[in-house]
Amino acid sequence: MQFQFSGLADFLAMDGHGVYVWSCYGVTLLVLVGLAIQPALHRRRLQRELQRQRRISEARRQRSENRVAEPV
Amino acid sequence: MGRSRLAWEWFHRLGSPRWFYHKTGAWLPWLALASLVLLAVGSAWGLGFAPQDAKQGNSYRIIYIHVPAAFLALAGYYIMAVSGAIGLIWKMKLSFVVMRAAAPIGAALTFIALFTGALWGKPTWGTYWVWDARITSMLILLLLYIGVLALSRAFSREQVGDRACALLALVGTVNIPIIYKSVDWWFTLHQPASIKLTQSNSIDPSMFYPLLTMIAGFYCFYAWTLIAHTRSLVLQREWRTQWVQQALGEGS
Amino acid sequence: MPAETAPTVFRAGPGFAALLRLELLLALRRSADIANPLLFFVTVLALLPLGVGPEPELLARMAPGLIWVVALLATLLSQESLFRSDFEDGSLEQLALCPQPLYFAVMAKAAVHWLVTGLPLALLSPLLGLMLSLPAEGYLCLLISLLLGTASLSLIGAVGAALTVALRRAGLLLALIVMPLYVPVLIFGTGAVQAAVDGYAYGAQLAVLAGLLAAAAALAPLAAAGAIRISLDN
Repeated sequence: MQFQFSGLADFLAMDGHGVYVWSCYGVTLLVLVGLAIQPALHRRRLQRELQRQRRISEARRQRSENRVAEPV
Repeated sequence: MGRSRLAWEWFHRLGSPRWFYHKTGAWLPWLALASLVLLAVGSAWGLGFAPQDAKQGNSYRIIYIHVPAAFLALAGYYIMAVSGAIGLIWKMKLSFVVMRAAAPIGAALTFIALFTGALWGKPTWGTYWVWDARITSMLILLLLYIGVLALSRAFSREQVGDRACALLALVGTVNIPIIYKSVDWWFTLHQPASIKLTQSNSIDPSMFYPLLTMIAGFYCFYAWTLIAHTRSLVLQREWRTQWVQQALGEGS
Repeated sequence: MPAETAPTVFRAGPGFAALLRLELLLALRRSADIANPLLFFVTVLALLPLGVGPEPELLARMAPGLIWVVALLATLLSQESLFRSDFEDGSLEQLALCPQPLYFAVMAKAAVHWLVTGLPLALLSPLLGLMLSLPAEGYLCLLISLLLGTASLSLIGAVGAALTVALRRAGLLLALIVMPLYVPVLIFGTGAVQAAVDGYAYGAQLAVLAGLLAAAAALAPLAAAGAIRISLDN
């Protein structure tokens, strides 16, 4: 087995077919990377939502504690 | 007897989203590593080291992503439909989640197969789009995926949407062989069968081994992303439970 | 248990006939629902020559495909209301609770849908073939293929209509999920007419269309019945 091209320029040009081959591999790479990172993004969104809800419930609890404390 | 009971226990446990989430966490890095290594080796091998095709020149190197993507696009539809059917029959929560996770992944792979097919067509046939039997079937497969995706987003109640999508996926599964056969017939009617993308029987081993590597890589990648998407959907669905809030808290 | 199920099976026949008569009567009362798909069919086919040009050779070449595609769209557009009013006034739920299998109810509805859209479309098609200068050999085949094909379309569309009946704006969604399933019928329908125009035998294509119809009649009402039960839960 040996490298089929004489150099990097030759490898990129692929006898004029380079545009098609490389854009195929590029787009595929983009789609695959998108598929791979989507769960992580989804998870982070859920985490943010959870933190936001915790903050809201925390603030609500403190407010109600203050209200109970005021008349005393 | 004892063995079959064990198998059923395993089956029921697998139905529990929590068990699935905790069990599969350890698999992900290995699947990711395997798919990255296989895809990297396969691409380098296919792009740089496999010999040039006598007729098509270097443009045939697109085969190394076109064929695996097309394989998995079709297999992905069956995976989606079978997990939907399991959900309908055994009322298993988790399998509906797998079905929903499989839909966008399958649609993305179908898109890759179509896109690479079109770009391959330009140097080979001189146009981007030919109403070739396989490409047309792929296009209809994409439409079937889009139908399932559109239906899954339409229902306000998730459980109803799950069952509706499972049913649609099953109807699609019954139709896929009929659609493929009829498109095949239609193509032979309108064009002589001289245009063929690949003669898979006569492919040389030096070109075939990188293809096998890429197919294995795509399968690993599919398993990895399917599990990862399923896990994130499980977190979303079991949002209110204690263990999900714990799991989300750990990661931050 | 078998003693209880046996009479239900026995009753299915008369029940089906009664339902068919009722549905047909209801459909005939709403005459606009019958006229609209036909008017759509004629209007779109009148627009097409304005779009592609009036050359008779060109139109004759495209006529089988054009007529078939527009017939498909006309069937599809009328399909959305198949279960709609029954769903809204609750009679669909009553049907689902009946001892009679839902299969026959769906069958009756699809049959009536075909009687009021597919059948008139097919009968009207020779006239439109004339307008699109379809060669004389094609007329009989066009009529038969549309008769067989639109029946399959009504049955397949019933599955989509049942899946989307609980949704508010279902029209486009219905088209999205049902159109890929129409592909085999379209291919063999136009294939038959094209073969007839070119002077070949077209019996095989019509046989395939009849086979598709048989498969659709056996399976589509089952799937639609399942889909109705799912939609009723929403």
